[in-house]
Amino acid sequence: MKERLTISKIYSWLDEVKDPEIPVLSLVDLGVVTEVEINGEQVRIELTPTFTGCPAMDMMKSEVIEKLKNNGVANPQVEISFRVPWSSEFISEKGKIALKKFGLAPPPSNKLFTDLEILGDAICPRCSGSNTELRNPFGPTLCRSIHFCYDCKEAFEQFKPL
Amino acid sequence: MSNNAATIELLYKMADDQLILGHRNSEWTGFGPILEEDIAFSSMAQDKIGHSLALYTILEQLGERAPDTVAFTRKANQFHNCILTELPNGEYDFSLIRHFLFDTAEALRFELLKNSSFEPLAQVARKVRGELRYHTLHANTWIKQLGVATEESVSRLQGSLNVAIPYALGIFEESPFEKELITSGIFAGEHELKALWINKVEEVIGETNLQLPDWKLQTPILGGRIGKHSEYLQLLLDEMSEVFNIDPTAEW
Repeated sequence: MKERLTISKIYSWLDEVKDPEIPVLSLVDLGVVTEVEINGEQVRIELTPTFTGCPAMDMMKSEVIEKLKNNGVANPQVEISFRVPWSSEFISEKGKIALKKFGLAPPPSNKLFTDLEILGDAICPRCSGSNTELRNPFGPTLCRSIHFCYDCKEAFEQFKPL
Repeated sequence: MSNNAATIELLYKMADDQLILGHRNSEWTGFGPILEEDIAFSSMAQDKIGHSLALYTILEQLGERAPDTVAFTRKANQFHNCILTELPNGEYDFSLIRHFLFDTAEALRFELLKNSSFEPLAQVARKVRGELRYHTLHANTWIKQLGVATEESVSRLQGSLNVAIPYALGIFEESPFEKELITSGIFAGEHELKALWINKVEEVIGETNLQLPDWKLQTPILGGRIGKHSEYLQLLLDEMSEVFNIDPTAEW
């Protein structure tokens, strides 16, 4: 007998799909899954891009399709949509802890700022020092900025608030 | 259906601006004056080409050809970007001034479009405006620093500003559809955008030792929006589409 599909089961599968550029972060924790719909045997998933030009988006889409197929979902529909604009607020608490462990400072809450000046106040993910400086609002990927920590004298990256 | 023509015209000029300036920004990859600037211009290139793809995708949904076809197979006279975006990078001071003048306008344009009555464009605008804050932050930081730094940095920026301003005013070349766009709530129009832009440019330049020209004495350099370009655009397109044209049917 086939087990019944549920939304939470689909979310638990999607939690196994990781961001290809930050392999400790699942798509669910990243907050890019904006809709999961079951209609009989049909499953439709909506993903929202973190940054519009993010080249990992197509890969995430094909990995989601593969994950669903491996779990017996025939012909899953996965759409990339701007309907819900992604914000760094969508990253879960679990995701933020995973980012810090990975050595990437989690984004500061964007409820706190109206200006990007807050970028200069990053906390070092290695030594938790706050004596840091923004070196570049652009980094190795669109979603990361580059900082320097004067406490441990190391450069680090932060997931950019958006 | 006339609203459709107005929307298509608006989308093409925006998408073409993003694609062409995105390509110009990418020419800094490997050549930036310092590593951070190399990364910054390369990242902005990636952002802008992503923004152009989002806009070309809306065009495709309105019945236009596929994004790659539109990007790589049109001739210069079929492009609607403003001439400012196609000018060669020149030295870093010119690229920085152009980046500042263009992205200030672009950030304001997407701000205006976030409440567009054309929902697909409003959705993209709500997304892109957050990303553009990083572009304007970058531009403003450097303009404010180099605009007061040394005699050389100020005179270089001033020279580039004088050259770029008439081209920058060409960003706001009006389309035949201004009235329709405004009355249908799709876009507030180039006239309003230009007024907002002048305010913002004056605010940032006012914090430096740079001088803005008397706006009334400036003659905008127009033509880009109707496909009349400088000699530089076709050269850019030839280079940009070189690989695509080796085998246009290749699967990537």
